[in-house]
Amino acid sequence: MSDLDTFRMDARAWLEANCPDEMRTPMKGDKDACWGGRNFTFQSDAQKLWLERMVAQGWTVPTWPKEYGGAGLSRKEEIVLLQEMKRINARNPLSSFGIWMLGPALLKFGTDEQKAEHLPPIARGEIRWCQGYSEPGAGSDLASLKTKAEDKGDHYIVNGQKVWTSYADQADWIFCLVRTDNTGKKHHGISFVLFDMASEGVEARPIKLISGRSPFCETFLSDVKVLKKNLVGEEHKGWSIAKYLLTHEREMIGNQEGVTRPLHEIAVGTLGLEDGKLADPMLRAKVAEAEIDEWAFNLTMKRKLAEAKAGASLGADSSMLKYYGTELNKRKFELMMDAAGHEGLEWESERSNDGKMARSWLRTKGNSIEGGTSEVQLNIISKHILQLPGA
Amino acid sequence: MALVLNEDEVMMRDMAQGFFAEKAPVKALRDLRDSRDETGFDRGLWSEMAAQGFAGIVIPEEHGGVDMGYLAAGLVAEQMGRNLTASPFLSTAILAATALKHGTADQQSEWLPKIASGEAVIALALDEGVKHNPRGVSTTAEPSGNGFKLNGAKAMVVDGHVADVLIVAARTSGEPGDADGLSLFLVDPKTDGISTERTIMVDSRNAARIDLDDVEVAGDALLGTLDGGMDVLDAVLTAGRGIAAAELLGAGAQAFEDTVAYIKERKQFGAIIGEFQALQHRSSHLYSEVEIARSAVIGALTALDDGDEKAPLYCAMAKAKLGSVAKLASQEGVQMHGGVGMTDEYDIGLFMKRIRVLQELMGDAHFHMNEFALSNQY
Repeated sequence: MSDLDTFRMDARAWLEANCPDEMRTPMKGDKDACWGGRNFTFQSDAQKLWLERMVAQGWTVPTWPKEYGGAGLSRKEEIVLLQEMKRINARNPLSSFGIWMLGPALLKFGTDEQKAEHLPPIARGEIRWCQGYSEPGAGSDLASLKTKAEDKGDHYIVNGQKVWTSYADQADWIFCLVRTDNTGKKHHGISFVLFDMASEGVEARPIKLISGRSPFCETFLSDVKVLKKNLVGEEHKGWSIAKYLLTHEREMIGNQEGVTRPLHEIAVGTLGLEDGKLADPMLRAKVAEAEIDEWAFNLTMKRKLAEAKAGASLGADSSMLKYYGTELNKRKFELMMDAAGHEGLEWESERSNDGKMARSWLRTKGNSIEGGTSEVQLNIISKHILQLPGA
Repeated sequence: MALVLNEDEVMMRDMAQGFFAEKAPVKALRDLRDSRDETGFDRGLWSEMAAQGFAGIVIPEEHGGVDMGYLAAGLVAEQMGRNLTASPFLSTAILAATALKHGTADQQSEWLPKIASGEAVIALALDEGVKHNPRGVSTTAEPSGNGFKLNGAKAMVVDGHVADVLIVAARTSGEPGDADGLSLFLVDPKTDGISTERTIMVDSRNAARIDLDDVEVAGDALLGTLDGGMDVLDAVLTAGRGIAAAELLGAGAQAFEDTVAYIKERKQFGAIIGEFQALQHRSSHLYSEVEIARSAVIGALTALDDGDEKAPLYCAMAKAKLGSVAKLASQEGVQMHGGVGMTDEYDIGLFMKRIRVLQELMGDAHFHMNEFALSNQY
């Protein structure tokens, strides 16, 4: 038996013994996710126990080094672990921007002190992070950001406004792009800093979206004191970290699972069959086309990641995956709404699980805006892959 | 499933890339067309392709092949697509070779070595109506003496006018529309009662219309089982669709790359037109589609080599996807070339024509979307 097979058997046995039954049922929505952090209230004892057990194994961040709360697993072992978790429908023990975004950046760009201070609380789900990137005047053109950080010797004083900060009203700390120099080109002079959301001068206000939900905030920063030890990477050179993180984010958004049941099952459920074919022939053709595209797209995700592992850089192809994945997801949700008819339009009933379908459909519209719009991704492909002039 | 090419596959691709670019570039197709070549492809080239192992690429070594599998065959087909290379690769090295692997020991040892060596050209006579519809075959084969008597009319028989042997699909029982009751026969095209009309198609390649009028064949002409021809046909069409998808990938990718190169050169309004965002975004979208399509081809052919039971479905899905993507690449290509895209001098129009034919062969995107939906019970 190979080491990987041994690992699989061990992981399987451990998960069987330690994953509470309640944590083996599908999550009904965001409200069932465990985000951790100082402000979080566990939904159940099982949720808390599951997190604690996974933390003790180092499996909330399986590939991170043990000293930072991980298990030091290889990528292959991580894949096996995820497969074994999926096998028993185990829920993700901890949803976290710290794990998905800041962690990888700190591991790559942070000092030993920064890693030691910030990574273990992320791994344990004790500190919840949010991302301070976009500003009212800096959306697609992110590098034009203006939030100012003034040098005061051992610290900065930060003033400005951030927007689209995910869950800023519930987060403990923020990783934030600020301008430390405005004399050069716009990509120069940006710095990547960390600070506590409980600092004086920080105010987060939720933004109500078309889905009726408020996962994002506007965040106002007035004379916020940020210690220089919380500057990640070099001063003025935060843009390279921002780009690295955006690449991560794009892969995540491009790859997120949208409709979990196959589209055709949903359509057959609502519309029924005639002579063995979906009753609406026009919709049937579009569903088939979308499902074939989805198959080919999923293969492309696998192929690009395999190529990246084999040494080729994913590079600007992350823009291609983000672009295609989000546009495809929007297309699928439009077809799902077509199939659902008036049932998909309910907003508040128990029957509709509080308008879950309509709200999810509306949420997908943001997929091709956040993390760089589809148009920005197409610009990036034009410039970096096709090398078209002036792109 | 490995979606990244291994060393042997990279070597095969690079070898094919160099070979076709040198021996059979687009100009070779123009020459065949302009000289009204009677064969429609270059027999010397086909011999050279055989010497490289391309003709025997899916044939077992015991029968003189190199047995590298369908993914490798797809890498060759992709390069042929890039160069619009005319050859009997699809008809003979893929469709006929796959069919004959289901033949008797005698049939295999008689024909497979001749395919691998490039000596024999073999054509599949399947389609009859205006659209691909394997179950719709109405050509009949009735028992006659110790053999059969064939009657019917075939169309779109690729390389049918120069074939040494035809593989004819005919109905031995049942009605048109039934999957059961089809049988395949190896037929000498010189047999009495066969008349062949060479049809030059829009892509300057050949297909033939073949009429069968009381054509007598011996009992040992049967390929596969009586009434069970659909089993063999499924395997043949699966391979054919996967390889046609690979050729479409090559043709579509080359049309796209030629177009991007063109918009980097062409100036209007005092600017290189590739600077215009209207063209940049369409090009970037097309890049994405071509990359997605490439995964479909690799995924389908890998599944076929792995013996995955879903390989027939995947090859059909790849054919559907590539039909759409390559068509988009050729349409955008002509449009972005502007006026010169309408001229015979530029290659982009030749790509559009070949892609139009390839996407029709063995089922277009609509055909396969319908089959895909049916196989998922909707």
